Amino acid sequence: MEMRAVYAEELAKLMAADRHVCVLDADLAKASGTRALYERFPRQMFDCGVAEQNMASIAAGLASYGFKPWIESFTPFATRRICDQIAISIAYAKANVKIVGTDPGISAELNGGTHMSMEDIGVVRSIPGMVIFEPVDEVQLRAAMPVLAAYEGALYLRLFRKALPTVFPEDYRFELFKADTLRTGRDLTIFVSGFLTKDALDAARQLAAEGVEAEVVNVHTIKPIDRETVIASARRTGAVLTVENHNVIGGLHSAVLEALAEEKIPACAVGVQDRFGEVGKLPYLREALGLTVENIVNTAKRAVSLKGVL
Amino acid sequence: MNTDLKTICRDIRCDILACIGHLGVGHIGGCLSLVEALAVLYFREMNIDPAQPKMPGRDRLVCSKGHAGPAVYATLAERGYFDKKELLTLNQGGTHLPSHCDKNLTVGVDMTTGSLGQGFSCAVGAALGSKLEGDGATIYAIIGDGESQEGQIWEAAMFAAAKELDNLVGVTDYNKLQIDGPVAEVNALEPLAEKWAAFGWNVIDVEDGNDVEQVAAAFEHARLGRGGGRPTMLILNTKKGCGVKWIEELGPGNHNTSLSAEQAAAAIAEIRGEA
Repeated sequence: MEMRAVYAEELAKLMAADRHVCVLDADLAKASGTRALYERFPRQMFDCGVAEQNMASIAAGLASYGFKPWIESFTPFATRRICDQIAISIAYAKANVKIVGTDPGISAELNGGTHMSMEDIGVVRSIPGMVIFEPVDEVQLRAAMPVLAAYEGALYLRLFRKALPTVFPEDYRFELFKADTLRTGRDLTIFVSGFLTKDALDAARQLAAEGVEAEVVNVHTIKPIDRETVIASARRTGAVLTVENHNVIGGLHSAVLEALAEEKIPACAVGVQDRFGEVGKLPYLREALGLTVENIVNTAKRAVSLKGVL
Repeated sequence: MNTDLKTICRDIRCDILACIGHLGVGHIGGCLSLVEALAVLYFREMNIDPAQPKMPGRDRLVCSKGHAGPAVYATLAERGYFDKKELLTLNQGGTHLPSHCDKNLTVGVDMTTGSLGQGFSCAVGAALGSKLEGDGATIYAIIGDGESQEGQIWEAAMFAAAKELDNLVGVTDYNKLQIDGPVAEVNALEPLAEKWAAFGWNVIDVEDGNDVEQVAAAFEHARLGRGGGRPTMLILNTKKGCGVKWIEELGPGNHNTSLSAEQAAAAIAEIRGEA
């Protein structure tokens, strides 16, 4: 099932249960998977047209009236384009608004570099009080949606909108501020967010075949990061690799290093190396930007080799 | 409650000068130009109760030109939302009265504003919320003329008309001056009334936005003409720094300027006719 379909199904449940839950679009309802909800919830769905700034501040106004708005767009337009509206209308004013950015990083594929946000987590993460959540698969997304809705405050959902392989078991229990350890290992910890979690697990299996036991921790909530789990795991394994579909500046790598700032632990990064995206399909983009299982394996080995050297 | 609007305007002006004079600096020009609009709203037009600042169904004011915070606070204090003595804490560390309006800090303030253009969209959101709740409230939104150069103002204008938010009354404080000079020279707004009309709004052009009778008549006209799916924009032709001659004469320089306690006292005497 497509991630956006899961998201829309869960939103529909929330709207059916609470008339104050509403959704605002900026002409991308189809892309977000919510277009069909307009007929079912005509008093809870609002298309603002191509005007993201207005959408964000209108949501804040609705929140001041007791509504619980979700605003949607592609990640670059849901974050960097409306950075000040998120900062002031929403976060500074303590407005209960959920911001949903679809097609993060290289998943923007054929829309290319202009639509490929490599900095959205960094932009949002540096705004005080923001929560940032990025799901791995539909099981985690489905488990998270009611929890995200119940969280009272400003939150950014970074949503891969197409179908993804399932990583989590059906009985998965989601905790918003708790990272999930998917595999234990003694030699290094791979901290990973979003759809690359599957690749990190694949890489861990390859590493195991070569005698390197990797622990794999899914950091679904990048802010506030689960410092306790991050520090405990990194101390136990003594080496760290972060894996993300985002610039290595400002995203998961930065968040993990901030948590480990007082630790003497080598940390390497698989992520976008401070460059813009470009047009192409996922397999090409993975190769072009180094977001491959092979690169995860090699960089993990480098992290392990740095143990005791630094 | 005092109902004589002229006396109220005089008192609000004096409060603004006193609190900015106490601090020594502030956004004085754009506070003084707004006094008549705020007096009419809080003492005649708005359905509010200072004893119940969160009263459901109340009318709301969004001062999108958030730097006019001191004018809003002076009006709220005169209306009885909090003690007038608190006005002297303006912009002091730990105050409930920051330079720009903050709904989480000040009793009676319904929207956080300060980044220009955003408050107007927030007001549109509140107007939409009121329609959905069916509570019959009117949402008032004050914008600056310089602020009207923000693209977001026009995004909001388009949306409000498209969604038929006739419970929304905008107010443009058209004092013709902004920080870098006359609005007409920096980035001209004219024809302003025609722009709002073209966006689907009722427009009421008030010749002298510092004549409290004209302002009162305009708000009444807006209220009686409410309905029909069109939001209303009042364009108040005002004078930046209105009420104190030397401040008016500073021109664009009065946007954010120093004001000593002595200057404030003299200005207050001028307004009270004691100079």
